[in-house]
Amino acid sequence: MIKGLTHAGVWVHNQDEALAFYTEKLGLEVRQDVTVPEMGDFRWIAVGVPGQEDVSLTLLAVPGPPVFDEETAAKLKDLIAKGAAGGLFFAADDVDATYEELKDRGVEFSQEPTDQPYGRDAGFRDPSGNQIRMAQVAG
Amino acid sequence: MDARYREPLDVPALARAARLSPAHFSREFKRTFGETPHQYLLTRRLERAAELLRNTDRSVAEICFAVGLASVGSFTSSFKRAFGMTPTAYRASYPPASRQARVPTCVLLAWSRPNSSFREDSPARRR
Repeated sequence: MIKGLTHAGVWVHNQDEALAFYTEKLGLEVRQDVTVPEMGDFRWIAVGVPGQEDVSLTLLAVPGPPVFDEETAAKLKDLIAKGAAGGLFFAADDVDATYEELKDRGVEFSQEPTDQPYGRDAGFRDPSGNQIRMAQVAG
Repeated sequence: MDARYREPLDVPALARAARLSPAHFSREFKRTFGETPHQYLLTRRLERAAELLRNTDRSVAEICFAVGLASVGSFTSSFKRAFGMTPTAYRASYPPASRQARVPTCVLLAWSRPNSSFREDSPARRR
């Protein structure tokens, strides 16, 4: 039986740019960051929310050949830029306060804090285009 | 403090956030948690640095700055006091961080496949 979720992958256009965004702007911490030269310099980066030790996001670069051919890699990058490659859902105690805090750090929001049936949430994108939402779920 | 250890925190800044005078803040903190806010913050930073030494291939200097400490010299001596060895020796006592990379199967297969003798792939496939 599966016992837990440890890492979820996020495709990104540029790993350095993504790492800076998730740590410096969103406030996540680096959990793992290693490059494997014998695997074509494959770089494994895991980041997570401070205090939530057992779940991390891995910021994965879209690989070119020999893993994906040029056309597939370009299509995938295009879909990510359009926000069509899945999404991330974070939790916040106070969406309005966190919205102000993130906006001050330069995060561009696609949706301001709004009341929803499940609580209050706001939406933004990462530099690659991935859709991110943070919600304050009604108790 | 647990979430913002990377920022340039010091006792006056922490006391301001708690709306107490620095001396009063330090005294009350120590009475409640058993150690001074300075010790607590340093311990938190050293724990994070130890994690980064085990789990990343970043340099000791990069790790020192990443946890909010400004001087590599005092980082190394504080680390040695806390862990009984230098950051470099600590890192060497653990398996290399690159072992933690969960290289996806597709990447693994592509890079561990022997060179084809039929040359059906472009010669630029391998660097």
